[in-house]
Amino acid sequence: MFLKKIAITGLVAGLMSTTAHAEGHAAMCGPEGQSIRILASDFPAIHAVADAAEQNCGAQAAEFTRNHTTEARQIMNAALTPNPAEYTSVIVANSTLTQLMNDGLVRPLNDLVEKYGQNLPKNLMITLDGNIMAVAFMANSQHLFSRKDILAEVGIDTVPATYGEVIAAAKAIREAGIMEHPLVMNMQTGWNVGETFNLVFMAHGGEFFKPGTAEPAINSPAGVAALATLKELVEYAHPDHLTQASNETQGLWEAGQAALGIMWGSRGAPILDDEGSTEEITSNTVLSAAPSVEPGGVPGATLWWDGFTISTNISDAEAEATFAALASGLTAEMVAANNDDAVWLLEGFKPGPAAAGVAATAQGGAKPYPMIPQIGLMHNALGAELSDFLKGGESAEKALADVEAAYITAAKEAGFLK
Amino acid sequence: MKHRTFFWFILPTLSAMILFIALPIVSVFVQSLFVAHEQVQVVSESCGPFGCTETTSVDTEATAKLREEQPLGRFNGLNTYFNRSHLAISDIGEAWANTNSMGEFWREVYNLPFYNALTFTLVYTFIVTPLVLVLGLAIAVGVNNLPGALKGLAIFISLLPFLVTPLVGSLILFWMVDGDGVIGATIQNIFNDPSLSLKASTPLMWTMLIVYGVWHTLPFSFITFYAGLQTVPADTVEAAKIDGASKWQSLIHVIVPHLMPLVSFVTLMLIMDNFRVFEPIVSFSAEAHARSLSWIIFNDLRESGNPLYASAGATSLLTIILVVILMMPVLIRTWRDFTRKAH
Repeated sequence: MFLKKIAITGLVAGLMSTTAHAEGHAAMCGPEGQSIRILASDFPAIHAVADAAEQNCGAQAAEFTRNHTTEARQIMNAALTPNPAEYTSVIVANSTLTQLMNDGLVRPLNDLVEKYGQNLPKNLMITLDGNIMAVAFMANSQHLFSRKDILAEVGIDTVPATYGEVIAAAKAIREAGIMEHPLVMNMQTGWNVGETFNLVFMAHGGEFFKPGTAEPAINSPAGVAALATLKELVEYAHPDHLTQASNETQGLWEAGQAALGIMWGSRGAPILDDEGSTEEITSNTVLSAAPSVEPGGVPGATLWWDGFTISTNISDAEAEATFAALASGLTAEMVAANNDDAVWLLEGFKPGPAAAGVAATAQGGAKPYPMIPQIGLMHNALGAELSDFLKGGESAEKALADVEAAYITAAKEAGFLK
Repeated sequence: MKHRTFFWFILPTLSAMILFIALPIVSVFVQSLFVAHEQVQVVSESCGPFGCTETTSVDTEATAKLREEQPLGRFNGLNTYFNRSHLAISDIGEAWANTNSMGEFWREVYNLPFYNALTFTLVYTFIVTPLVLVLGLAIAVGVNNLPGALKGLAIFISLLPFLVTPLVGSLILFWMVDGDGVIGATIQNIFNDPSLSLKASTPLMWTMLIVYGVWHTLPFSFITFYAGLQTVPADTVEAAKIDGASKWQSLIHVIVPHLMPLVSFVTLMLIMDNFRVFEPIVSFSAEAHARSLSWIIFNDLRESGNPLYASAGATSLLTIILVVILMMPVLIRTWRDFTRKAH
């Protein structure tokens, strides 16, 4: 399946590049004979964009290398620090852009957008005080997955929309003896559990920091309420939830061991495809907005975009060639060939069932993941300190106080707090 | 050996040790005395596909200027060693003042990251080390008494756990104890409890890590003792037999004393290795239940974008100091044996 997709992408992109050559648009690739080196995460949508860029402009470049790795976030700062940088472009998301900008490793793109980005919608430009720092091309967020057949069995015919409804549905499924643990969530200790807290915290209207400062503000009524909600949810989650991230929760879902899930939108397509699961499961899986606290409230999700940046520490010619190549990949044809791999923010995207959850979450008014320089430290503190509470060892207030203490220690060392 | 000859003989080794062991430790110590510069922040407006928001961002130019002036960062002295993430002196003082019972006080201390990691690390070291010593010796004696044809095969099989990379070996066990895995499903069947999970309970997770640790380091002590057994003088054993010693007695009174120097060596190695327990915690995703000193160092360095070098350095040095303290008894014993032999 995956290989077939790659083949199709290649074919389409190949066709596109031949037509491009035929029409004499080859100049859209910028200066020739440059080196283009891309660092990116490893999922199909990112592959699709990089494939298209390589098909269009790889032949003109002296070299076109790509490193797709799940460790991108860990190595990007080190890789971009030397001059010349190891990579000419990093494909980032909200949180990782902040991480690179903190060290001044990515350059403003205004002039390049002017020259090569005319076909790109203006709202995809990630700007900071008027400087374009990245070009977004896809969106992602967490949202609710439900099995409508199992919900129907316990007499629920609408998909749950609030945390209360999710918990009530899980309770009904357990009491009916269908499943003991009907809910899956990414609760693996570390980044994932921190992120799951963020979702519920956002739904409760929480603020991470005192406005305009790096002082923590999570030990608040919203924080306590978020932990109370989380505690109710994990009551119905798989007993091993503290070791489960996206791959495990997707596996449980495809094996038919869950009826409700809070998972990433990008897992929608692999779950709904005809691989790794049964017809019964895929045909009854419904993707909907992330649950909120009150009906019609803010969905418990963080909106993410993925986009590309250009390194600071490279020659201007390399920067230009890299930008042109990547911009050339963001076309309606590329979207058409990979429509279900992501929620594309580009022209030509036809939202299918796999995108329904992210679209509904965004329309419901979910907030983007905060682009604050010190959010990484806070996220890490949450990931490390919340497991005691979830195991039932301490009170919510104590857990949040621990998070704040851990964050303050780290923030002082990193220079964010005095 | 003349002093001069000895000096020239040891020089290459000594210089390599200074270059590759001593100097890096000094460098880590120096780095642990500094913390990052103040991040100069500016309020700015950021826009994207989801609208515009007021946010703060780092003024890279101002921050870079600070860094150029003092590349090491701000001098912080030993503060990092005493903050909440390490020795947490003030937090412990507070806990002592505010708690009424020892149990409550201990819970407060156990809640601090360094002591939490230290507790698991010490428990792991003190359970795995003796188990591996005793079991290693038992297997070595057992294999040594096998008929010749089976010996080679038995040695090969006993060495297998050592050939598997720790990360892979622990992953295999992790999958086996999963609810759908061989061991996990069997245990659920035995206790007739489908929600019983080894990964969800702290004691079971610790047990699993310790079992894995024993399994993984057993071959090392086995092969060392097996080699030692080949050097046991046959006439001493025979003399013991003629004096009417049982097999057990000759093992305790003849063979084990003969292997004592090896026991010291293996103990030292095991203490050092077990104190650095790390891979199984990552493979088992055990961070919720067990963290070791090595794991908290790793976690500080993976703080992507803002690696906490001072914090990691401080933990590293505290680890080195603790390993030296733990090895002291064995080292003193070895030194005594050496001086007794010399006179």
